[in-house]
Order: sequence, then C-alpha cells, then structure tokens
Amino acid sequence: MSRQSVAKAHQKIQELAWEPAYHEPVSQYGTDYTFQKAKKRDPLKQVLRSYFPMEEEKDHRVYGAADGAIRGNMFRQVQERWMEWQKLFLSIIPLPEISAARAMPLLFRTVPNPELHNGQAIQMIDEVRHSTIQQNLKRLYMNNYIDPAGFNSSLRNFQNDYAGTIGRQFAEGFITGDAITAASIYLTIVAETAFTNTLFVAMPGEAAANGDYLLPTVFHSVQSDESRHISNGYATLLMALSDESNHQLLERDLRYAWWNNHCVVDAAIGTFIEYGTKDRRKDRESYAEMWRRWIYDDYYRSYLMPLEKYGLVIPHDLVEESWNRIWNKGYVHEVAQFFATGWIANYWRIDPMTDEDFEWFEYKYPGWYDKYGAWWENYNRLSKPNGHKPIAFEDVDYVYPHRCWTCMVPCLIREDMVMDKVDDQWRTYCSEGCHWTDAVAFRPTYQGRQTPNMGRLTGSREWETLYHNWSFADIIKDMGYVRDDGKTLVAQPHLDLDPKKMWTLDHLRDCPPFPSPNVTLNEMTDEEREAFRADYVRQGPGGRPAPAA
Amino acid sequence: MTVTPERSVPKPVFTDAEAGARDFPDSELRHFNYFVPKKRKQSHYEDVTVEVQPDPRHYLSQGWLYGFADGKGGYPLEWTALKAWGSDRPEPERFPGSGGQGYEWPAHGWHEFRDPNEEWEQSIYRNNSNVVRQLNQNVEAARQSKAFEQWNRNWVQFVAQHVGAWMHVDHGLGLYLFANANRRGPTNMHNTAISVNSMHRIRSAQDLALYNLTLSEEIEGFDGTAHHETWNNDPSWQGVRETAEQLTGIWDWAEAVFAANVVFEPLVGEMFRSNLVQQAAPGNGDFVTPTLIGAEEYDYAERDLRYTRVLFEPLVSDKEFADHNTKIMQSWLATWVPRCLSAVRMLQPLWSQPDAKPPRFEDGLDRAKGRFGGILSDLGLQAPKELNQ
Ligand SMILES: [Fe+2]
Ligand SMILES: [Fe+2]
Ligand SMILES: [Zn+2]
Repeated sequence: MSRQSVAKAHQKIQELAWEPAYHEPVSQYGTDYTFQKAKKRDPLKQVLRSYFPMEEEKDHRVYGAADGAIRGNMFRQVQERWMEWQKLFLSIIPLPEISAARAMPLLFRTVPNPELHNGQAIQMIDEVRHSTIQQNLKRLYMNNYIDPAGFNSSLRNFQNDYAGTIGRQFAEGFITGDAITAASIYLTIVAETAFTNTLFVAMPGEAAANGDYLLPTVFHSVQSDESRHISNGYATLLMALSDESNHQLLERDLRYAWWNNHCVVDAAIGTFIEYGTKDRRKDRESYAEMWRRWIYDDYYRSYLMPLEKYGLVIPHDLVEESWNRIWNKGYVHEVAQFFATGWIANYWRIDPMTDEDFEWFEYKYPGWYDKYGAWWENYNRLSKPNGHKPIAFEDVDYVYPHRCWTCMVPCLIREDMVMDKVDDQWRTYCSEGCHWTDAVAFRPTYQGRQTPNMGRLTGSREWETLYHNWSFADIIKDMGYVRDDGKTLVAQPHLDLDPKKMWTLDHLRDCPPFPSPNVTLNEMTDEEREAFRADYVRQGPGGRPAPAA
Repeated sequence: MTVTPERSVPKPVFTDAEAGARDFPDSELRHFNYFVPKKRKQSHYEDVTVEVQPDPRHYLSQGWLYGFADGKGGYPLEWTALKAWGSDRPEPERFPGSGGQGYEWPAHGWHEFRDPNEEWEQSIYRNNSNVVRQLNQNVEAARQSKAFEQWNRNWVQFVAQHVGAWMHVDHGLGLYLFANANRRGPTNMHNTAISVNSMHRIRSAQDLALYNLTLSEEIEGFDGTAHHETWNNDPSWQGVRETAEQLTGIWDWAEAVFAANVVFEPLVGEMFRSNLVQQAAPGNGDFVTPTLIGAEEYDYAERDLRYTRVLFEPLVSDKEFADHNTKIMQSWLATWVPRCLSAVRMLQPLWSQPDAKPPRFEDGLDRAKGRFGGILSDLGLQAPKELNQ
C-alpha cells in the first residue's frame, strides 16, 4: 500500500458496516451464550488491498519451494517411515481447514458486532487457502514419492477408517452445535490457539529432520495466517467474558474443548513425531518436551492463566491430567502401539522400531522398554508374512481395547476406563473427561440450566460395530484398502516394497472373525459386564492382560 | 587452537524414496482414485477440492459424528428446496455387521457440480491480487495526472453519494449472503465457489471505500461521509437497501445465490454499474471510477455468473427433479423479479443528476431486462410475467 497507511485504510473500511433497517439477516445457528451489542474494534486490521498480494507472495514462496524440491530430487532423501504417516495426517487435515472456513458464519448472528465480521470473512478465505494448499501438497507427494498407495485413495480412506474418524472430530466440532462452543471456543480458543502449535510448528520441524522440507514450507505458510485467527477468537472470548451469565458455559466448553483436543491431537501428532521419525539425536526434543513448551508454557501459562482475572474458570485439573497422561501414563506410546496393532485396518505402512529407536525412547521416557520393548520386538518379528497371522491375531500379551465413545481413541490407559449406560447403551470411555463430555456436557440441560443449543454426539461411533464378526480380508475389501493387483494390502507392517514380502488378502484367510467390543459389551449380563470392567482396569501398560488375581 | 563443538543437526540420508525407484503393486497409480472426473482427465482443481467435504452416501461409513441440537450434522441436502438426482435416497443404514458401503460415486447429482472458474488457493490470490494491483495503479496514475480536477461539481457529489452507497450493497451481500452460504452448500465445490464469490463482493466494497478515502484526500470538498447519509436516508436508495436486506434474510442457500446472482445482479447491480455509472462517467470527465466499477463488473459477469449458471442449469434439466426444480426456481423469479424491479425503479432519479446525462433510464432498463432474459434462457427458465411491469 503506497499512500494510504494501512491504519487509515483500515479505519475507512469500518464505514462499510451498517445496521439493517428493514429486514434482519437470516439467523440459522443458535447459542446459549448472550452477547451485549457494543462497539468493538476489528481485531484483524486486515485490508484486502494488502491482504491478497501478501498471500500471493507467500504462495510464490511455497510453489517455488515445491518446484525446487522436485528439481532437487528431495524424495531421494525423505524417510519412508515419516512419509507413510503423512498418508494419515494429510488425509485428515484438509477437512478441519475447510471446516474452519465453513464455521465462520456461525458467528455472524450470534456475535452481534459487525466489526468482527470482516476478520471472520478473511479467516474464511484463509482456511480455503489452507485446505487446498494441503490437498496440493498431498497430490505432490502422491506424484513424487515412491509409494503412492494411501495417498491415491486418501479421502475415501479418511472417511471410512477408524483413524480418520478420530481426526474428523477436529473438524465437525467446529461446525455444529452451539455456535460459540463450536466456532469460537473449540475452534479458535483451543484448536487454533493451543494445538496448531504442535500441528503446524512442531511437526514441520520433524519433517525437515526426515528429509522433507516441503511440509515445513507449506505449514509455516499456513501457520503465519493463524495468529490472525487467534485474534478473532480472543476478541470474541473477551466479549463472552464480559457477561457473567456466560461463565458457566465457558467453563463447560473449555473443559470439553481442551480434553477433546488433547485426546485427538496428542494421539495423532504425538505418534507422528515420536514413531514416525528417524531422527534419534538425544538432544532433539521429544513430543513431551515440545508439548511442555508449546502447550503448557506458551498456551496454558501465558495465554489462558491471565484470563483468570476476567472470571474465566480454567480447567487446571484437565491440563495437569493431560500432561500426566503424556508423561506418566504413556498416552502417545499406547496410541502408537494401538495403530501398529491395528495396522491391517490402516492405509499407510508402519515401520518397525529398531534398537536405535529403543535407546532413544528409553533415554527420553525412562521405563519405556519395560512397558513397550517386548511388544515392538514382536511387531518386528511378525512384520513379514511367514505363515503367521497379523500381530492383532497372535499372542503377544496384548488385549484388544474397547473404544472411547466420545473421542473414539481406544481406552488405552486401562485403569482410567469408565463404563456407563448412557442413552440406553453400555458405553466405554477412555477417561472421566470423555465420560463427562457425553453424559453431562452434550445435553439440553447443564447443571440445571437450559442449554437447548448444545450439540449432540451422533453417528456410528464405534467403527468395529460396522464389521461385527466379519473376517478381516472382507473388511479390507469393503474399505477398499487393496492395491491394484487386487490382493496386496495398502497397509504393511514394514517398509519393504518387495512384492514377495508384502501382505496380501490371502495371508488373512485364517484370521478369526472380528467381534465388535461394544456389541459384545451390550450382550453381556450385568455380572459379566462388571467382571469385564474389573478386569479391564487392571490391564496394561502396553495392553498387557490383567495379572492373575 | 579452538575446537568448534559439532552442531547437532539431522544428517541427510540417501533413501531413494522417489517415484519410479521400484515396481510393486500401486507403484504407478498416481491419481486420486475416489472420484470420477468431469472430463477425461482429473483437473488440478478437482484434485484439491473434490471429496474434501465428506458425504455419508459415499465413503463416510460412520456418519457425521457431531450434530446440532436436532441431531443434524454435516451438510444436510434439505438446506435447499432444490434437489439433484439421488437426493431422496436415504443415507445407508449402519448396524452391527452392516459393513461400510455407500452408494456408487457420485451417489447424487450435487457431486457433479464443478466450478467452471476452477477456484482454489492459487487462483483466488492470483486473480484478486491482479485486480487490486491494477486498481492501485489506475488510481495512482489518475492522482499524479491530476485527473480528478476535470470532474465537475455535480459529478463529485454523485460519486461521493451514489457510487459511495454501492459499497454497502457489496459489503452486506458479501458477508451475510455469500459468506453465510459457504456453510450451507452440499459439497465442497459449491461452498468453495460461494466463498470466492463472497470475497469478490467484500473486496469490491473495500475497493470503493478506499477509493472514497483517496477522493477525500484529493478533491476539495469531496464529502467522504456522504455515502452514509445516502444509504441511510436518500429515498432513491431505500428500495435497493430493502431488497439487499431481504436477500440476506433468505434461509435457503440456493435461493440466496439464485436471487442475488440471477436476479438482483442483472436487474439492479449491472443496471447501476453498467447502465449508469459506466455510461455517465466519461461525459463527466471521469475515467477512473469506471475502472473500479469495471473490476466488479468483470468479477460478476465473467466469474460469479459463470459458476452460477453451471450450478443451476443442470438442476433445471435434472434427470429426476427437473420439474420440481423448475417450479421452485420459477417461484423464486416471481418473488424476486418484482422486488428487484421496484428497487431499481426507485433509483431512477439518479439518472438525471449528472451534468452530462447517461442514456435514458428506460433504455438502460430494457437492456438490463434483455440481458436478464438471456441468462434465464441459458438456464432453461421462463421470464416471469412480472418482468413486463
Ligand atoms: Fe487454517
Ligand atoms: Fe485457522
Ligand atoms: Zn476419550
């Protein structure tokens, strides 16, 4: 912008807003929050005249880097271990991005301050940018990386696989339910302000360490838009706080949003960073260390805590419990182990861990080997087809877990499992936090208060139900996870692309039928169910059966 | 001698993980295999947009996981009264052992829509940057050549009041009609095209506001606040304002896009921009305003109307719901044509305000109606009888 300063220009575009004189805009989303109509300042201070060229310039850098990566044969140096997990990550992330775009109008009528709407519209188009630039990155990987399987089927797999379902919460939570709960607290205050740091800053660092400098280029470019979105959320949050009657709902929503983000994002990104890397330098930060820095210090202590003086009730206990799950209860390790147990149902390949990996884990997480070492040795032993079944059907001291009805990550920290009859169905939850989300928070009343706009948990939330008592070969065919020879699986529990070493449908013929844990649970008598619960909470770590009483 | 401690950095490793390094099942399968492209080959645009927004009738086997209070999640097809073939097929039922199969792709006709502008990240920023750069240069060149000094008094006032008032139309529709509708279309292709349309309108609003700011600085006596008074109180504008507000009140996303792009824009938008401002400006010594107005005109005529045609025409000729859709669209015409005509007629006094007069209002309106009739016949719709009022 040459003559008009951005500040002056920004001041001028404030003149665009007007109050309707004849007809109100349509009101399609509800909230149980109340907002006072008061003059606010647009927190974004963004004028399209400078915004578009700025983003175009950022694009030039991204696409320049993409050309450079191909010309420079980047893929001769990328680690397959890392790239394989990108098949999962990049299948998930374009939907949360586009959902953030779609979420913006939820705020138009519910937050009656037109000064904020300009920023929300810019966020909308930013998020269209993010979604399509990420799809484009995935397309480039598909075209240039050695194994396109799983990239080529990405969005089908994302939609029908249990892992995609877990990730999908990080999108559907933005666009449904109480408009403020969804588009402000869950999306902006928690997902963007807290967890994009691990997604878009910590993870790209790990990509670079594994020979992929394109992912960092794309995601840093994405993250540089994120600070604007954080300002949007902050402005709305301060307005919500200024009305006492919102405090109870803010407390509820922060608890739900924090806990769900922790369950989902730490499961996925923690696994990518710890189990998807070949970088085992002892001085590289572990996920736990990154989490402590980005989420605990930068978000919790520096962003959330100062809001306490405005009356925000902060879920200190849940923040501490998240850390406890990551640091003491092995959350990320349990999740990675589960992904690897269920490798047959995936659409990516999972590399076995080596002695070098073991050493690093033991160094970063003392006691790791005792809990998980033997299982990963078994994984390695069973990785090439050799007359045995996939690891899920072999005796390796691992009990297949029940799924959490709320976050849909299995109940892996076995002692924390909660079982309850909710909506006339016996359900299992990974934690008290997830039980509360279903049984208490997502309901039309909350602590005696009417909350008619609160959303609902919907869908067939246990993936295994769909395939109750199916054979695994049929499950995989049904989901479409077979390569173009009609029999080799997309997923493999190793990285060897020698067709003779790859698993095919034929190798799964002898696997027993696969019963749904939740269907089974609901078929039990009360005594059987209680016995199941008592046993389950004595299992683990590492999925071990309960010790004999 | 000082010893530099070795820096801890990851070491590059030769992995040979590039395409073509080995042959194995799927090693050549380098295209997204979950959708059928519009043309023979999948386009870049399709690759980055199709199927990002899932559908329980395709692959979304576990269904939507979060819903509104009424239990509805995702992007319900009944958010518009229009139907594309297959819309009435129920979502596949899930139960223990049901499996996860949906209908064969595309399952219903909505998924056949492709934005003819192929808008995605790169095109959005490239096109809009080009526009703002061009406008900046035009305004800057005019400033340096003292072009604004040639404007007569009446024209200065006309631009301050009436060109200024139009920014409010762009802003209101950009936010509360188009951005709002980006949550409501049935596929990612619909919602992305609509969000781009929204940015065109919001950008045009800002273009006009910042132009207004420049004029306040360059022209003695240019009243940079006059647009408020005109928009709020000038009787000539109250019809446009009321119609714009009514447009933002439409519940049905498709009706909103239809009413705005098929009816309001040709009858009111183009009538004001092309048949008034563009025609009157040169005679009044103004060659700058037409470049701003022309940029908006181009966005509408060459991009936004283009996707709108491709969105609605197949619904008019839908293999299952052609009659149903035609009836609904005809009823929308019967509602919106009279509103837009009465709005534009209220603008008529503007035609006599400049010193150098534009062509007669009625001639302009005939042209606008002709253009509108052409759009309707492209869509396979009938001009409603109200058009002759
Ligand atoms: Fe984003
Ligand atoms: Fe964002
Ligand atoms: Zn859970």
